[in-house]
Amino acid sequence: MERPLTQHITFPPLGLRQYEAIGGYQAARKAIKHMQPAEVTALVKDSGMKGRGGAGFSTGMKWSFVPMNVPGPKYLICNADEMEPGTFKDRWLLEGNPHQLIEGMIVAAYAIQATESFVFLRWAYKTAAQEIRKAIQEAYDAGYLGRNILGTGYSLEMHLHTGVGRYMCGEETALLNSLEGKRATPRSKPPFPQVSGLFGKPTIVNNVETLSYIPHIVNKGADWFQKLSLTADGGTKIYGVSGRVKNPGAWELPMGITLRELLEEHAGGMQDGYSFKGVLPGGASTDFLVEEHMDVKLDFAGVAAAGSRLGTGTMIVLDDKTCPVGFVHNLEHFFAQESCGFCTPCREGLPWTEKLLWAIEQGNGRMKDIEILASQTKLLGPGNTFCALAPGAMEPLQSALKYFREDFERHIIEEGCPYNHHHHLHSTSHEHLHR
Amino acid sequence: MNIYIDNKKYEIKEGKNLLEACLQLGLNLPYFCWHPALGSVGACRQCAIKLYKDEDDTKGRLVMGCMEPVRDNVRISLEDPDAKGFREQVIGWLMTNHPHDCAVCDEGGACHLQDMTVMTGHTYRDYRFSKRTYNNQDLGPFLNHEMNRCIQCYRCVRYYKDYAGGKDLDVFAAHNHVYFGRCGNGKLESEFSGNLAEVCPTGVFTDKTLQSHYTRKWDLTYAPSICQGCSLGCNTSAGERYGTLRQIANRYNGDVNGYFLCDRGRYGYEFVNSHQRIYEPAVRPHSNGAVKKEQVVEVVAEKLKKGRVIGIGSPRASLESNFALKQLVGAEHFYIGMSDADHDHTALALKILKEGPARTPSLHEMEHADAVLILGEDLTNTAPLMALAVRQAVRQQPMHETEQTLHLAPWQDAPMREAIQDKKGPLFILHTFPTKLDELATAIHRGAPDNLARIAFALAAKLGADVAPVDDLHDEEKTLVAQMADALLAAKNPLIISGYGSGWDHFMKAAANISWALQQQGRAPMLSFTLPECNSLGLEMLGGHRLDSAIDLMEKGGADTVVVLENDLYRRADEHVIDALFANAKEVILIDHLYNQTAEKATVLLPAGTFAEADGTIVNNEGRAQRFFQVFVPKGSVQESWRWLLQIAEKAQVPRLSSLQNLDDIVWAMCVAVPFFEKVQQIAPHADFRINGQKIPRESHRYSGRTATLANENVSEPKPADDIDTPLSFTMEGFRGEPPAPLIPYFWSPGWNSVQAVNKYQTEIGGHLHGGDPGLRLLEPHLNGRPHYFREAPDRYIPMPGHVHIMPVYSIFGSEELSMHTKGIAQSAQDFFCIYMNPEDMHQWSISPGIWVSFDVDHHSYQMVAVPNHWLPRGIAALNAGLPKSKIIDLPQCVKLSGAEALHATR
Repeated sequence: MERPLTQHITFPPLGLRQYEAIGGYQAARKAIKHMQPAEVTALVKDSGMKGRGGAGFSTGMKWSFVPMNVPGPKYLICNADEMEPGTFKDRWLLEGNPHQLIEGMIVAAYAIQATESFVFLRWAYKTAAQEIRKAIQEAYDAGYLGRNILGTGYSLEMHLHTGVGRYMCGEETALLNSLEGKRATPRSKPPFPQVSGLFGKPTIVNNVETLSYIPHIVNKGADWFQKLSLTADGGTKIYGVSGRVKNPGAWELPMGITLRELLEEHAGGMQDGYSFKGVLPGGASTDFLVEEHMDVKLDFAGVAAAGSRLGTGTMIVLDDKTCPVGFVHNLEHFFAQESCGFCTPCREGLPWTEKLLWAIEQGNGRMKDIEILASQTKLLGPGNTFCALAPGAMEPLQSALKYFREDFERHIIEEGCPYNHHHHLHSTSHEHLHR
Repeated sequence: MNIYIDNKKYEIKEGKNLLEACLQLGLNLPYFCWHPALGSVGACRQCAIKLYKDEDDTKGRLVMGCMEPVRDNVRISLEDPDAKGFREQVIGWLMTNHPHDCAVCDEGGACHLQDMTVMTGHTYRDYRFSKRTYNNQDLGPFLNHEMNRCIQCYRCVRYYKDYAGGKDLDVFAAHNHVYFGRCGNGKLESEFSGNLAEVCPTGVFTDKTLQSHYTRKWDLTYAPSICQGCSLGCNTSAGERYGTLRQIANRYNGDVNGYFLCDRGRYGYEFVNSHQRIYEPAVRPHSNGAVKKEQVVEVVAEKLKKGRVIGIGSPRASLESNFALKQLVGAEHFYIGMSDADHDHTALALKILKEGPARTPSLHEMEHADAVLILGEDLTNTAPLMALAVRQAVRQQPMHETEQTLHLAPWQDAPMREAIQDKKGPLFILHTFPTKLDELATAIHRGAPDNLARIAFALAAKLGADVAPVDDLHDEEKTLVAQMADALLAAKNPLIISGYGSGWDHFMKAAANISWALQQQGRAPMLSFTLPECNSLGLEMLGGHRLDSAIDLMEKGGADTVVVLENDLYRRADEHVIDALFANAKEVILIDHLYNQTAEKATVLLPAGTFAEADGTIVNNEGRAQRFFQVFVPKGSVQESWRWLLQIAEKAQVPRLSSLQNLDDIVWAMCVAVPFFEKVQQIAPHADFRINGQKIPRESHRYSGRTATLANENVSEPKPADDIDTPLSFTMEGFRGEPPAPLIPYFWSPGWNSVQAVNKYQTEIGGHLHGGDPGLRLLEPHLNGRPHYFREAPDRYIPMPGHVHIMPVYSIFGSEELSMHTKGIAQSAQDFFCIYMNPEDMHQWSISPGIWVSFDVDHHSYQMVAVPNHWLPRGIAALNAGLPKSKIIDLPQCVKLSGAEALHATR
């Protein structure tokens, strides 16, 4: 089985010479020296590559929206602000093979004729920051970055920007505002960043995994990429699993393997004494899948059909000994805190759901609270809020209410948590409730 | 375009968003973050509506009305249960943190949040947890800060930073702890901060001066008024209760001030309540001067009958009062009560605007200029709202470009600002001192006024004006001239601004030359002059002699009696000059409202009504005649100056004023006598105007306590005062519908109790008021006239040894006489008086900073503390104009330095 993305991951990662020795920067050479920018975009479009950041939009299509004949700079940005709870796939790529990412960025930047590029990196990824910084310098020294790359006349600058730890910056338009030095609030679309992005100029924002794939597509072609997959969504995908499984981790696997294969074969099944209750398939902001979904194919369409989202493809498993109310409360605490405060429903609605969940978890819930929570999941749905943060936050809650409603009711009837372990799980979350 | 709202067809203009369309059609769609002057950002989610794909789509989807453009045949629903439910829940969310303190909140009863809450039907609270709280800040004398009430609509920062260019208010923190305020306690720096009280949809930012004598807004008696703070004539609503003026609020006028006022205009009203007010007539040298109203009229009439009378008018008095005085004393004895410099500037402005081919624009038109040139003006301090208009104008050019390239509408505020970034249209500023608008300028140039004027003359020549060439410019100056010429020629509606601000009339002449040349080049230039006071132009149109000729006349013994109208002459000429004038007069009859230095010299004092106690007309810098209406019945014997003058005229049997009784009469007489003022009769309905047989009430129908006010003494309800001058009544009874635009005392509409009710009065959102905006322009350009260019540029400025040219420096807080009676404004003004000098001049003449220096002006010696100012060129000095301790009044002046005295200032 081919694992193009991760086969050369080492810790510490390959230096530039080692990376070149395994065929590194050949894609950059090929693209810049022998392909027209439009050809690169067409190739990526043909491959069917869908963005690995979570939304699953066609990468080639995104690039093709960039107007090529406008004056002024264009920008290519790598979204490395990996802050989705439970997600750690980009970190693996960032720390394990930074040159692969940089090469992907060079090709992508060339395709849209960007002259400036940025890696917007999560603040907490200190090791990744070191490795990326080092790799960028090596790429400059070797002439893959800077003025007149490989003597072709094409120039590209690359900068590492470390964020300050706001989940909101994972949203591409909030990321752009943050990069401009403004508050990390999202922007309304249209206009899309492809047309008016960083500093109002055409800009592409792609995920680490997406960009890391680009050199391989350029080297091996669209068909090769398609054939890696078991389904219509091409390529391999990094899947991750956390929770009480025997073997938590991340694996590069063909797109479209089933949830069962992933959890049982790769994650090794549940730890002894625990049984499977549900899973968030693509990070904290996706709907629970449960036992009945074990044979769902893990690609964008397959997970969507089951009522959730593939998202980042990194799963959080809920076991039978963990309180689902406490679990969801923990997530809503995170989302309420990470709300940027721009739009009313998210700013005010999320803290309310958080407080309701805490009240229920503490044994202070009322039956009406379940109704309020259910109505909040609808009212904070897509289109009602300014960006996708609150709708994402509602996904685990609405599916928990659907699949684990009994647990909610028991909390209220029994005036306490039947799992009875919240006091240590949530010892850190008291403070914010009473601020 | 056709749009369908709940299956009903409406017609609406292209270019709007659906929220604006709904409001314009009179539908009630709630909103918070949208503001007609600020556009849409989609933050509050309050204006949610259902949008349907087509006729067959029954499900539709929720969208925000403010974020969706009007499209032909678009189908939407306001009544859809999902949309209504969501709108109600938005209030529900806001109420999770908004305190339930309406009963003790200053905004209560005129609160947009209250209105929207009622509109959405949100009644019961499901939220049962604690609310978040904040610490508030001391924002200075104008605004309260109560952050717990904040609903995070972001309008305050968008207005303050994006619209008004403020730097010291921002949004801090995140999630539901978002905080709007300053870095720390301190007065808000913007001169337009008071608008926050109206921009804020609830009680976070409220008017601190109102709070100091608080009353519910529904208990105020309002009248449509005109700001008396500068020459721009912003429209205001003035509110009174129990004989004190409590508040000035913006009164929307689509042509003039739109939605905003400056802080001088909003807060400078406290003089009306001053303890220095004159309430009863006085005749000296009687004991204490007390005399009855009827007697004093007789006394004055007798004095006037003796003849040898001159009258001195005032640029802060109404046309009617000035006209009455002029008629009373006779045109040949009427003097314009301005300083000679102000008079010269105003006369020049009038001549240029009357005779030349360039049009003078309204403030609204200025906002749409696509290139701006400012000559010798610091607008923020001489015509504040004009500075705000220029801030909007510099966005025009990049905004037009973005409309083309990204297909964005101007109301799409966030993407528009994102695309524009810091691009700005052309703005050039030639002024000796830095100004707050410099940060927006394409190029600024500083220097001696004469040298700057030379550049402006060279620009006029370059644009083809028939003027003498200015051929000794430096290379840098030549480049600037070329740059300015290119920018102005490339613009469709270039705006040239000059005025009284630096005291150099060459700037005004150059501005005229440049505008006229552009006109001849086929452009549609706008030419605007700032003028010193609220009725400077009106007084100049009325006409009269210079003040110095009155001084000469009195010195020669040419008259015995001086009648002074609403004027402290000590602000018009130096103290010794005015002292001499009064010393030469046997009688000084003063009609004014505040006890001042002139009042001390008066032998007869007549208490005049302020703008809040009188009706009258004033003419702004655009030549727009506007009517202000009496707000309340004043205490004591106070009445309109023109009414005193009419009563005196009747007793003195002056035929020019015989049988005139009321406002309509005197306006009629004025329109007959002065052709300039012909239209003034039409600026507002006459006193006999009725709707359904009813007058327009000054009080709201919710006005409370009328029968309880004095119930501790007397339970009978006094008869409300009559108003014989206007169609407004001093009661809560009367016509409750929409009055004609000039008569709107305050904006109110069912369900809309805050200032946001103005939406209901406009033909289109942000456009004109129904029936046209109030006020009529008295000046229109001779578009085909041949301009008579001012041919001679000034010579290059060469400092004269031992002399300095003193130029005036105006401040929004401090330079204006009446507003200084407001404590907060006096606090904001510079509290010491000095002369600013070039540091090298000071060094050369051995003047140390802080030392007293002496000057001679017309053989009169002055001592002042010298303060170095490195912006001043050699040979130029500056004085704060209009500050209470000003000594040299008539500026600019060339003065002789009589040497430094080694006395340290002891301040």
